[in-house]
Amino acid sequence: MKSNITKVTSHISHNEALIFERSQTGRIGYRLPPLDVDEFPIDDLIPKEFQCDNDLEGLPEVSEVDVIRHFTRMSTWNYSIDLGMYPLGSCTMKYNSRLNEKVARIPGFANLHPLASENDAQGALQVIYELQEHLAEITGLPGISLQPAAGAHGEMTGVMIIRAFIDARDGQAASAQRRTMLIPDSAHGTNPASAHLSGFSVKTIRSTPEGLTDLAHLRELCVGGHVAGLMLTNPNTLGLFEKNIQEICRIVHDAGGLVYMDGANMNALVGVARPGDMGVDVIHLNLHKTFSTPHGGGGPGCGPCCCTKELEPFLPVPRIVRSRSVSEGAPSEAAAKSDTYKLDFNYPQSIGRVKAFFGNYGMMLRALAYIQTHGNDGLREATEAAVLNARYIAQGLAGDYEKPFDADPMHEVVFTDKRQTRKGVHTLDIAKRLIDYGFHPMTIYFPLIVSGAMLIEPTESVGHQELDQFIEAMSSIAREAIEDPELVLNAPHSTRIGRLDEAAAARKPVLRWKPKQAATTAQT
Amino acid sequence: MLRQIGLNSAEELFESIPKELRLARNLNTPAALSEIELLAGFERLAARNPGAGRSSFLGAGAYQHYIPTVVDHIVSRSEFFTAYTPYQPEISQGTLQVIFEFQTLVCQLTGMEVANASMYDGSTALAEAVLMAERVTRKSKVIACGAIHPEYLEVVNTYVQHAGIELIHADFDRGTGQISGALAELLDDKTAAIVVQSPNFFGCIEDLTSLAEQAHAVGALLIVAVTEAISLGLLKSPGACGADIVVAEGQSFGVPLSFGGPYVGLFATREKHARQIPGRLVGEAYDKQGRRGFVLTLATREQHIRREKATSNICTNEGLIALAATVYLETMGRRGLQEVARQCALKTAYAAKRISEINGFSIPFSGPRFNEFVVRAPVKAAELLGRLASEKNITGGLALSRYFADRPNDFLVCVTEINSRAEIDVLVDGLSGISKHKDTKTPS
Repeated sequence: MKSNITKVTSHISHNEALIFERSQTGRIGYRLPPLDVDEFPIDDLIPKEFQCDNDLEGLPEVSEVDVIRHFTRMSTWNYSIDLGMYPLGSCTMKYNSRLNEKVARIPGFANLHPLASENDAQGALQVIYELQEHLAEITGLPGISLQPAAGAHGEMTGVMIIRAFIDARDGQAASAQRRTMLIPDSAHGTNPASAHLSGFSVKTIRSTPEGLTDLAHLRELCVGGHVAGLMLTNPNTLGLFEKNIQEICRIVHDAGGLVYMDGANMNALVGVARPGDMGVDVIHLNLHKTFSTPHGGGGPGCGPCCCTKELEPFLPVPRIVRSRSVSEGAPSEAAAKSDTYKLDFNYPQSIGRVKAFFGNYGMMLRALAYIQTHGNDGLREATEAAVLNARYIAQGLAGDYEKPFDADPMHEVVFTDKRQTRKGVHTLDIAKRLIDYGFHPMTIYFPLIVSGAMLIEPTESVGHQELDQFIEAMSSIAREAIEDPELVLNAPHSTRIGRLDEAAAARKPVLRWKPKQAATTAQT
Repeated sequence: MLRQIGLNSAEELFESIPKELRLARNLNTPAALSEIELLAGFERLAARNPGAGRSSFLGAGAYQHYIPTVVDHIVSRSEFFTAYTPYQPEISQGTLQVIFEFQTLVCQLTGMEVANASMYDGSTALAEAVLMAERVTRKSKVIACGAIHPEYLEVVNTYVQHAGIELIHADFDRGTGQISGALAELLDDKTAAIVVQSPNFFGCIEDLTSLAEQAHAVGALLIVAVTEAISLGLLKSPGACGADIVVAEGQSFGVPLSFGGPYVGLFATREKHARQIPGRLVGEAYDKQGRRGFVLTLATREQHIRREKATSNICTNEGLIALAATVYLETMGRRGLQEVARQCALKTAYAAKRISEINGFSIPFSGPRFNEFVVRAPVKAAELLGRLASEKNITGGLALSRYFADRPNDFLVCVTEINSRAEIDVLVDGLSGISKHKDTKTPS
């Protein structure tokens, strides 16, 4: 490669078979204490026909060192935040503090059973309560449920709350006329999917040439009394703040609908502006984005749902509430000590439960630790750094890539491949070439309304030097696209595996390992 | 950097936000804590969870099992836990191969042909299975049979309330604790699916083969939910019994209790339904040189392409927890899983026998069991368990009054390989000692 790549060099990559291909009859990697009760045939307990009759054939038989090497080798094939910048737009790949990991592993939390009595779990319930309070302050929305397990789950919860509220307000018959959910064409795909789950049909709102919600179109769609609500991402998926947000909320409210905000981009707002102050009725947050709980290769997440006082009765149950025995007044040390926390199921208008137990509790511990280590000023500083970094990239790449919208972006910025397509180089190729430079690619081909979109979100966890390296890498790719397009078209060149034939994989899906003699592909 | 982009202050970064919407004050959240202060604070809170340190017989959907040390070690590798969903396969092969192995293990254990990359947990996996059954059969009546975890049923209810699905409940048999004859009367050709949990909420094993036959006779699917996945090490797999969709809570596979989450939902079905499955799927793929790799596949089912017509709104899986389950299953392996399951069943049998011999105590359900069983006490179960905790420092089980108002004296006991014989003996002594105590006597 002729380019001067500063961030990476090639390194050793081990080959590693599937564990099933490594398995050897008779190997074990565990030891249990010997059975300390009377042994007798299982047949005396469980009828033979209910028992496993294939001796768990096919499950691996390996030693502990086999397991460690197997996973350690595979781990080296992953790019991760700890290796460097991971500028996936809308995903907020920020640093995951080790301290938060330690907190989640404290035995008093990690070994606590979810059905422990309230008395036995006061500390755990207090964590939930305190996190709720902080999220209420950050969003300006006082009603919180931490039960949803992910962003799309929080979204579904929010939309169901809208439906339940309208059903209660208008009565079943009238509310049956109000089954339209408005969603901008730039929205995340989960928005329409979640609306559909709650029995809404979707109408799409156009974006203006400036990349914002088209108010005229919104007004037009609001005529007729069919609108239950609007699902809006703000800043939107182009990284732009919907500056008409108050007017948007007014239009929807005047039409009898509610405003749901997708909080995926909350990293642009924490400590700076609050959805509750903008007129938003309900929002979900992604603790795994904004509040730095690890993404884990695709989960677990945690998608709290936050809403106005008016919508609070509809939140999932149980709610976690505090009872303060000392009379109302300024909180004192003594009062705080006598606080007790309990589960409250008495919300007859609740949409119901969206998950067993209380949600992804381990993520709540980490998010609370994030809020406490940052402090109120640190939360705002993180937001400033995230926006500053995106702005720096917006400016740094403007010479080489097409920026489809003039406005200054918030925490993420969108570019396109318009200039590069002349030489046959497309967004996918640019993304793959970026891998050779040691970066994880940005989000590509999203939002759908921008042809060849490249959505870049650096987050606050990247320093000046790495931003410069990234800009340099992107500029270098832009040059390569002109001077040596083949180099870009055939990228990546440095990975242990080349571009995989995804179309063939989908045509004849092989979704599991099978022993050689029995191997067949799925007939679907 | 601010100056490099032509700005003078951080405030100018936010000029696109109308001034009246910008927060003119600091957030009213606490000031920053150091590492020392933060850990001390969380340790203080953890100390207020006495339930975490006790010898315990609580199960009911979350189970205390031995977790090999290697599980947390692997899960703590930042290459795994600080990666995102594997959108760029060339630099995500670690995550992708793990998920492919996970899908394979789930298929092997459930006896099914296709499994997805995981769901949020067992309860949401069950709800998604019900929605899928409606898509597959184009019918809308779903019968939930027998003793299903009450919280799972609540979640299913929430999911189906606007989906045009009619959810009917067929009661359990009061004598066996298993499915009763009520099912036969409810079953007809409008039925999309029968939902059953086995072992069920009371710990009894259901006759899945017979249920599959009944379901298939009217063109319905059989959905089987497993909350105690260790049972798959000993019991005939739902797939071998004829199930069409199998969901399970995978927490028992190396995942800490953590007050209810994060856990991991397993979801498996037949090959012919692969394109109706919710969530992510990983499949085998090859590059130009013919090297094997893995990619996310069949994405046309998903919301980023299908939008409102997607099979589900689920976008993430529980990647890291699926990794924990994979490491657990590969470390324990074929023989380890069998051994854990066998020890659970035998220790449970020992505990059930000892408890049933205590004066005034009985075991109300006669159905065969794996590692949980209901005990009927001569006194109110919640009070009995409260005193057991405060006086003997044992969590003796779950008072069923939490979910069933008509079962004040019943509690659910779970025994796993973690519980030693000595611990079981202490439980038995505690139960008999406290129940003899006069002032807790209530008429039963």
